[in-house]
Amino acid sequence: MVNSSDPQVATTPVAAAEGRLTTADGKPLAWSLARSQARAKRRAFLLVLPLLAFILITFVVPIGQMLQRSFYNAGFPANMPEISQWFADHPRGADPDDAAWTALANDLQASAEARTIGVVGTRINYDVPGTRSLFTSTGRKVRRGIEPPYREALLEMDEDWGDPRIWSAMREASKPVTGNFYLAAVDRTRADDGSIEQVEPRQRIYVMLFMRTFWLSLLITGLTFLLGFPVAHLLATLPMRKSNLLMILVLLPFWTSLLVRTTSWMVLLQQQGVVNDILVWLGVIGGSQRLQMIYNQTGTIIAMTHILLPFMILPLYSVMRTINPSYVRAARSLGATSWTAFRRIYFPQTLPGLGAGALLVFILAVGYYITPALVGGSSGQLISNMIAMHMTDTLNWSMAAALAALLLASVLILYWLYDRLVGVDNLKLG
Amino acid sequence: MALPTYASPLERVWHYTYLVICGLIFFFLIAPIIVIIPLSFNAEPYFTFTEKMRSFDPDGYSLRWYNNLLTFGMTSADGPRDGRWWADAWANAKWVQAAKNSIIIGFFSTLLATVLGTLAALGLSRPEMPFRRPIMAILISPMIVPLIITATGMFFFYSNPCELLGLFGLPSNCGRLAGTYLGVILAHATLGIPFVIITVTATLVGFDQSLNRAAASLGANPRTTFFRITMPLILPGVISGALFAFVTSFDEVVAVLFIAGPEQQTIPRQMWNGIREQISPAILAVATLLVLFSIALLTTVELLRRRSERIRGLTPQ
Repeated sequence: MVNSSDPQVATTPVAAAEGRLTTADGKPLAWSLARSQARAKRRAFLLVLPLLAFILITFVVPIGQMLQRSFYNAGFPANMPEISQWFADHPRGADPDDAAWTALANDLQASAEARTIGVVGTRINYDVPGTRSLFTSTGRKVRRGIEPPYREALLEMDEDWGDPRIWSAMREASKPVTGNFYLAAVDRTRADDGSIEQVEPRQRIYVMLFMRTFWLSLLITGLTFLLGFPVAHLLATLPMRKSNLLMILVLLPFWTSLLVRTTSWMVLLQQQGVVNDILVWLGVIGGSQRLQMIYNQTGTIIAMTHILLPFMILPLYSVMRTINPSYVRAARSLGATSWTAFRRIYFPQTLPGLGAGALLVFILAVGYYITPALVGGSSGQLISNMIAMHMTDTLNWSMAAALAALLLASVLILYWLYDRLVGVDNLKLG
Repeated sequence: MALPTYASPLERVWHYTYLVICGLIFFFLIAPIIVIIPLSFNAEPYFTFTEKMRSFDPDGYSLRWYNNLLTFGMTSADGPRDGRWWADAWANAKWVQAAKNSIIIGFFSTLLATVLGTLAALGLSRPEMPFRRPIMAILISPMIVPLIITATGMFFFYSNPCELLGLFGLPSNCGRLAGTYLGVILAHATLGIPFVIITVTATLVGFDQSLNRAAASLGANPRTTFFRITMPLILPGVISGALFAFVTSFDEVVAVLFIAGPEQQTIPRQMWNGIREQISPAILAVATLLVLFSIALLTTVELLRRRSERIRGLTPQ
């Protein structure tokens, strides 16, 4: 860039005299070029800007806000300031003294007056299930009036106030920023002394659910590969006219509503359904031993394999189309058997398509929600279904956010990998 | 795929086995979609072929579930089918309502996604575009991020979209988007955008930028260049992108479950409720109609793709 800071200099004859290239109006060429390039850059960016802003506002920010809930929950400290202060002043393990009980009674009273006691109760309920009513009912009683000594008065209202678990949960909840939801998402909890320990074996569900989600996704990816590879190969080697016709059989499921495909599997696989009917008619199974193929893991696996299969076939197909058949012929003419020629010459060339398809199928499978919810029963539920349950049934939104954060992190790692290996701009649809 | 003349007998056997395997996989792909079509004409409330259906007895088939679709939710379904009856169906039938909602939401979200997406794709396809890859990754991400996470995020955001403005000292409460048509339209536009970007950038890959320069050198301003030169060439890609976006919206249920109110009952949501509560063959009638709809869409997209390839074949590469 020449004299970009002072364009006036460029217009003087000195620039030309020094032997620099100039444009017709006497400006140095390099400067003009840089300026027009910067303008082109700005124009390209301005075209993208509206959409980028739209996606940031309606997609990235909402997800960020939601994830914030996984480590930030001010429901307790905002509505119970005095007792939160007491927890901040006293170390873990300190027995609640008179000041603590007074603070608790004052907070309960204020919170009940402000009708925020439900929020407080819900927050403690996350850690000690079944305690929401303790707060709401005490709140009602406190509003009618409470006299010192507060310890005795509160214990009189409900003896659960003496439970150290409640106090420990309140201490945890008194800090707005907490990692406890992440601990819970990996089946860990904080013991009364603050150390991290595993929860009781009966309650260890999340790690198992994550494992199951990944294992089933892997299995489904493998199945789509086994089913997709021969079909993609056939489509890629047939003459264009025939393969275009057969391609319709792949694209029609791809374009058909997800709910329609899930419904048809429910209809086909149920005990009085078509598949069982055919099996009975063929005599493979007796009329009384109809197979349970739906509302369990089998149902999830079959339906998801069917739904995700086109996502494997399409990238494989587009890579296989470009493979030159003369390499395999050359290998054969040099004495390779058809298996060796396939294994050493053809298959390695399909790897880019295979990688793209497998990553895409795996990414989509890990986050699947609708199909497992409808055909999965209880053993076919994935982590997404647990997030939905916390959102709509238990209303433990912080827990849902923590699980969502872990799921999102794994999906984003895979997405990053996909971008590195395949490139998002190489994503093709049909 | 022809078998070479030098193939050994074993290879011949394998070749035909391979074709059979491929046939079975194609059957696996297509059979579940085809089988629901005859089942939707079942005269009985079962999900299997009855004795009468198998013997092709006309009594085994009926249109009762299609009739059921139309009348479900009507105030006086049994009356004579005059103008009043049809007005009742138009105003009250649940599935008709759902179809109307789906079409309204689909139309506007597609419009939004297509306009914004096409502009962005034009920018992204320019060689001068800065930060091309990361921006592309962000714009495609609504397709990659699990729907349940997107829907959860939108659930909180749409119930108070201005919450974050509070950080800048602005009013932090400006009404709700959840439970409104606008909210669902915005959400569906977000989900449809990746498809528009992907199809339009794919069309622009073979686009000859010198055509634009030629138009400009002949005196056309940027707007004329765009509408007379660029647009006709990329139009097939834009339309297929729009169709993808429409299908995405038309088939979307998770975001609707989380952010829509009772007013915005769409076809997928109605189906979802139907499947979860008690699945009746009326669901199969809807499914059949949707399959026919997707066949129509697929045909359109296929024709557009061929047209696009033909047009682009004319431009020098």
